[in-house]
Amino acid sequence: MASTTPPTAATARRTRGGARDDTRLALLFILPALIGFLVFMVWPTLRGIYLSFTKFNLLTPPQFNGLDNYIRMVQDPVFWNAMKVTLYYVILNIGIQTVLALVIAVMMQRLTQKTWLRGIVLTPYLVSNVVAAMVFLWILDYQLGIGNKLLGAIGIDQVAFLSSDTWVIPTIALINVWRHLGYTALLIFAGLQTIPNTVYEAGKIDGASEIRMFRHLTVPLLRPILSLVLIITVIGSFQVFDTVAVTTRGGPVDSSRVLQFYIYDVAFGRFQFGYASAMSVALLIVLMAITFIQYRLTRADSSDLA
Amino acid sequence: MSIILDSTPAIATPADDVSPEPQRRFGIGRGLAWAFMILVILVSLFPFYWMLRTALSSNNALYAGGDSLLPVQPSAGGFERVFGLQTGQAAIDAGGAGQEIHFWRYLFNSVVVSTLITAGQVFFSAMAAYSFARLQWKHRERVFGFFLAGLMIPSIFTLLPNFVLIKQLGLVDTLLGIALPTMFMTPFAVFFLRQFFLGISREVEEAALIDGASKTRVFFTLILPMSVAPITTLAILTYIASWNEYFWALLVSYTDKSRVLTVALGVFKSQTPQTGPDWSGLMAATLVAALPMLLLFMIFAKRIVNSIGFSGIK
Repeated sequence: MASTTPPTAATARRTRGGARDDTRLALLFILPALIGFLVFMVWPTLRGIYLSFTKFNLLTPPQFNGLDNYIRMVQDPVFWNAMKVTLYYVILNIGIQTVLALVIAVMMQRLTQKTWLRGIVLTPYLVSNVVAAMVFLWILDYQLGIGNKLLGAIGIDQVAFLSSDTWVIPTIALINVWRHLGYTALLIFAGLQTIPNTVYEAGKIDGASEIRMFRHLTVPLLRPILSLVLIITVIGSFQVFDTVAVTTRGGPVDSSRVLQFYIYDVAFGRFQFGYASAMSVALLIVLMAITFIQYRLTRADSSDLA
Repeated sequence: MSIILDSTPAIATPADDVSPEPQRRFGIGRGLAWAFMILVILVSLFPFYWMLRTALSSNNALYAGGDSLLPVQPSAGGFERVFGLQTGQAAIDAGGAGQEIHFWRYLFNSVVVSTLITAGQVFFSAMAAYSFARLQWKHRERVFGFFLAGLMIPSIFTLLPNFVLIKQLGLVDTLLGIALPTMFMTPFAVFFLRQFFLGISREVEEAALIDGASKTRVFFTLILPMSVAPITTLAILTYIASWNEYFWALLVSYTDKSRVLTVALGVFKSQTPQTGPDWSGLMAATLVAALPMLLLFMIFAKRIVNSIGFSGIK
């Protein structure tokens, strides 16, 4: 009799705990994450949308002012300029970065798959945007930077990389390419690993060159992963702030005033939180639209492997 | 920016280095490809060397010897200014700012913030992930879908309202205020760990339950120890990301009390004399700010490199 008691107790506990309902325990387990999610993600999202319809300077409570912020935004030339500058930055940044990353990823796969090489290529990603901005501020200094000294050595005139309105956005785009290139290349590299080697062997038997195989095998098979990489990097790229804040602070004039920096300036320089929130909503809508369009254009159902 | 991780290679990666390499023909194409790769390596690493070279130079000598590849008039002055070992007057004479820089304070702040975020986020996300992967409850999938939708909200959008919230909580200019928003979870961390927990064999767990262990016990004594590899990977990447965070920290911290290294670096830059920046001091500070993550990378290079991949977010 006594010997049968423990198993019964255990079974009872098991039916209580394991029989298809752990609601209480589950709630306890997700509670901290749920609180964090609701308080620092859901609530701010809703509040951000609400604040965009108010006049709010942080000190006095927000006052509802309808569409005023949005009307102001549509008429604000600085906003449209910021949008244009940001778009220009994203196109340069993503265009250059994706092409280079694709080439590097293919080379890492076809030349050598050693981990040390991937480690070196990834190193810039380990430092902050601030560090990257700082070191290039020095390298590209007009008078003293090694960048201009090197250009001088091959007979090119000094370039005012970060202080001319023509060069400032391309320069900032390239600084961020430097930091993110290795990371993007490794993402694409991981995608390449999913293409079976037999495909290349078959290509080789047919007498295809490396370049032909790249165009007719690698690119089509990689399309779903490339589209995912693009969605992630484009969203990241639109949020450019750190580099601008450290190097140019929007200048010269407004030529590097990207949207995120303008929002920061309006919110913390002029304490117009309502207007800054409206511009954040605009950015959010742009990001969602772009994600949607990209997803549509590069529909992942084109996976030629499956 | 979000990170994509792949849990599988983090556990075992022997296949990576021994996989047969494609044919070794030494054609012009291969030569060009290698030349390109060497260029990529140089461009990736040169800025790090240049930081070191400049940091070890004397600031006033940089004007004359700008194109020397070695340090000009080697001096540890830049580092001395960063660590506050130089007197104000000596710093000004060397072309630096006279104010004191509380480097150790910023380092301490960065460590505290990154540790709080990493420990909290990984642990709480693991608990939530276990609940989504293994516990049976109503609306589980719906709540999980809700969490996943959070992946689509760009962090930039929540920053302003979160600042308002942190201000109302009276946490502006505190380390907790910087850490709090990401201390509980990120949708990505929950998703990543859930995928991994789903892959753990149910049999071990069932056996423990039959032996009378509670589900809480199973989580702490079975699931967590069995997931050391992906949890470490996630923790390292979270640590690096929070260490490098600039925008949010810039909003929340005003004084030395809560200033982290990235923000301090920006402040240090704006303090340098207008006559001509203290480049050797700035580069010393930059290098010192980057160093902890570079060391972390050296220790965990293989794990970090192999962890970047796809875990089937589609």
